Amino acid sequence: MHGGPPRQHRAGNVLLVDGIHDLGGMQGFGPVDHSPAEPAFQHRWEAAARALLMVVAGAVQASGGEFRHSIERMVPGHYLAAGYYERWLTAAATLAAEHGLVTSSELDARAGGRFPLSGPVLAPPVLDAGPDVSEPRFGAGDQVRVREWHPAGHTRCPRYVRGKPGVVLRIDGTHSVPDVEAHGTARRQEPTYSVRFDAADLWQDGQAGVSVHVDLWDSYLEPR
Amino acid sequence: MSEAGRRQAAVAPAEARVAALEALLTEQGLVPAGFIDEVTRRYESEVGPMNGARVVARAWTDPAYRERLLADGTAAIAELGFGGPEGDHMVVVANTPAVHNVIVCTLCSCYPWPTLGLPPAWYKDPPYRARMVREPRALLAEMGCPLPGDVEIRVWDSSAEVRYLVLPQRPAGTGGMTEAELAGLVTRDSMIGVARL
Repeated sequence: MHGGPPRQHRAGNVLLVDGIHDLGGMQGFGPVDHSPAEPAFQHRWEAAARALLMVVAGAVQASGGEFRHSIERMVPGHYLAAGYYERWLTAAATLAAEHGLVTSSELDARAGGRFPLSGPVLAPPVLDAGPDVSEPRFGAGDQVRVREWHPAGHTRCPRYVRGKPGVVLRIDGTHSVPDVEAHGTARRQEPTYSVRFDAADLWQDGQAGVSVHVDLWDSYLEPR
Repeated sequence: MSEAGRRQAAVAPAEARVAALEALLTEQGLVPAGFIDEVTRRYESEVGPMNGARVVARAWTDPAYRERLLADGTAAIAELGFGGPEGDHMVVVANTPAVHNVIVCTLCSCYPWPTLGLPPAWYKDPPYRARMVREPRALLAEMGCPLPGDVEIRVWDSSAEVRYLVLPQRPAGTGGMTEAELAGLVTRDSMIGVARL
């Protein structure tokens, strides 16, 4: 299985899974519950959840992609109702269970109630990451379009820019492709770019004087 | 617990779930003694917006530093001793009378920990992440930061490895202030871009 965004999209062969975490542009959430200052942790258990995630991620050698994907696989209703540290807690327990450090029944028994974990990984493991891309395909000012695809696994390409036209603003060096590293030990390095989108192109609502910049890996983009 | 039993059982409180995971991992020797307290202390006292405020105040008072900061944020911020996880690839974006910058992470909660500390709850919750890329002018006004219609808004979605810091404009009437006094004026919200000073 070739890793990451498919070079050739095989329609019909891919589960259409777009996680609940991909929130950009969704409507109906209401006002932001803004506060100008707050403590780093509201409760001791939040700090503990953060620390335990660090413990588990270190013990199982989870990549950033695997960690993020363990949150993204939460049941949508649970994700939306959970605060940040409950999401980290769920990720820590899910990774611990998937790597055999604990079992779901042990967690339930110790917690004295149900300990919900994230859903299963739906994408197959990436065995062949494909070649690294060391030279940027695009330069500042180049016109690009974001690939329109819906991977079954982890990606850092937000849904709200897929298929949209943008302009490359910056090249930010090469980095491990999250779509690959989330699904095994294979790795592929690619350049990332900051791509500028006109908000009116994203939302077709005529808003003026607003641009949205999204940082995207090389294989997320195509020339236009 | 059987599968059917699991589905029916009430979800344990978060505190109880954390305690359960902590106990199971501790029994395996995976949690070093004092580790949780150490993590708490680090994020409560070592990192926070006071670090970013020092960077901003330096940029306001030292034009050569400002130039370095905008050209290579990571290196210029390291000059003041700040760096590390979630601060390895920093890009600083400067507000001007004509341009306002604001940062968001629509996919999770990416945030420049070394300069701003841990993100506030509202930054990590769905309303901010959903709306800042779709209707930033309306959302900024709603959050107490109304902008004239001719001010361009640039939203930065931290979707890859770069983390952003907004360099706010220096307020008028601060000519006689020292760098330390200026740092005291810089708020967390002004460096996220949901406030102007």
